[in-house]
Amino acid sequence: MAQAGKRMSLTEAVARFVADGTTVALEGFGHLIPFAAGHEIIRQGRRDLTVCRMTPDIITDQLLAAGCVRRLVASFFASGSAGSLYELRRRVEHSDPEPLEVEEYSHYGMVCRYQAGAAKLPFFPLRSYVGSDLPELNSRIRSVESPYGEGRIHVVPPLNPDVTIVHAQRADAAGNTQMWGITGAQQQAAYAAEHVLVTAEEIVPSGVIRSDPNRTLIPAHAVDAVVHVPGGAHPSYTQGYYDRDSAFYREWTPISRDPEAVRAWIEEWVRGTEDHAAYLAKLGAERWAALEVAPAPAAPLSYGRRKA
Amino acid sequence: MTTAGAGAEFLATVAARELAGVRRVFAGVGLPTLAVDLAKRTINPDLEMVYESGVVGSHPEAMAEGIADSVLVSGAEAVLGMDALFGFLLQGGLIDVGFLGAAQVDRVGSINTSFIGDWRKPRVRLPGSGGAADIVASAQEIIVVMRRHDPDALPAEVDFCTSPSPVRAREREDFIQPTGHGVRTVITPLGILRRPDRYGDLELAQVHPGVDVETVVAATGWPLRVAEDVSETPPPRDEDVRLLRDEIDTVRLYLR
Repeated sequence: MAQAGKRMSLTEAVARFVADGTTVALEGFGHLIPFAAGHEIIRQGRRDLTVCRMTPDIITDQLLAAGCVRRLVASFFASGSAGSLYELRRRVEHSDPEPLEVEEYSHYGMVCRYQAGAAKLPFFPLRSYVGSDLPELNSRIRSVESPYGEGRIHVVPPLNPDVTIVHAQRADAAGNTQMWGITGAQQQAAYAAEHVLVTAEEIVPSGVIRSDPNRTLIPAHAVDAVVHVPGGAHPSYTQGYYDRDSAFYREWTPISRDPEAVRAWIEEWVRGTEDHAAYLAKLGAERWAALEVAPAPAAPLSYGRRKA
Repeated sequence: MTTAGAGAEFLATVAARELAGVRRVFAGVGLPTLAVDLAKRTINPDLEMVYESGVVGSHPEAMAEGIADSVLVSGAEAVLGMDALFGFLLQGGLIDVGFLGAAQVDRVGSINTSFIGDWRKPRVRLPGSGGAADIVASAQEIIVVMRRHDPDALPAEVDFCTSPSPVRAREREDFIQPTGHGVRTVITPLGILRRPDRYGDLELAQVHPGVDVETVVAATGWPLRVAEDVSETPPPRDEDVRLLRDEIDTVRLYLR
């Protein structure tokens, strides 16, 4: 894949790779959640998206409230430590303001879907659903007879998003993307997708990447767009860069409970800001300073080189 | 019959004691987070804590606000991708105890974390499986801790079976069976229910101080069998309560 022309603004990247009706995977398991990209999707007013995320989190509640989403493919329907996602619950429990199509798995079921998608397999087997009502709820969870004679096993279909969006600590201009800390299903979700959009805290020279090749989770060949977005995971976090804004997660619960408050929040904080830099400026230096982390560097290591 | 703040402390200390001698625990969000932290600081310093986020052998310097908290990652022994976590470590059979919360647990130890009411038109949308269906199928055994004990939380049969008991799995005998015991222990505000037989029912093993057996039976949604050697739960040690309040959950995230 050509390396030129992958650097672009978030506005341009979302305009190019996320159209109405697109299937978008926004992965990041409680860490590196691509909030800035999600907000840009809202700013551009995308509609009828199929959103894939193991743990929908607040970003999904916001995309739902902004009217971007028709279908959700997921394995958890709350925001981790901070309780319910009420916009999601209103859509599911009362079709308010409109119905939401939900395709539901367990976490490992979602991982297996990405794995099948990435490896171009027709399905992926897992042992998790024997006796569960989940296959009844979701008819795409099916079963096959093991050809090796042990019995039947449940399988899930491949998931091939039109675009997978991830946030990372750093990438180079070619798209080599390095992450550390919790890396979830990002590698599988990236390889499963037709296109991959990476937002990164830092764009670094290729020499930095090549000094530690094992850290590259998504190589350039899988990446279509590289966007420099400092703070792009807020209010989730980026290991080693800034901590999770847990106060915001707690604040979201009462906002989410009130449909008017959610919409007002989106007007003010997303549609009312030109881009992520403006969002961070509105957040303010004081709030950002509270998220700073102390350094905890890894011990240096050496890859060695052959002596001349 | 829901619990007050003191109830959460009590539950966490009781839950921590269940982890004596356990090698490797897969901990969910909420009271399990507190309980594994307390167990590691007291009765089981060698406990290997595994979180659904992929963190293995965590040594947190502060209480984790959720399973993906950065404090779990810094200083941890390993962080695995989801394929290795769920595929190799969990489905591969290396987890001794899965430690979960639940909205409903039924007579045979099936767990509902998905819907209250008919799932086609749910009264309440609960968080769903997350990793629960995977954990219950493949951990060697499951401990559940619940903040309520009433017939809605402990019905004869769950409204929706997210994570099945081996009893339900066995009804699908043409399938490769799950490897674990399923739910062995349920800790509630009233007592401890146990399921010693992989294919048996939950029975009352312990009542908490001040609770009588009849109260627990009446608060359970099926005719609860009482173990012959039913005993009273020892009260929490002062030191355990102090650790929970002053060192573990200082922000009162889970102690509520």
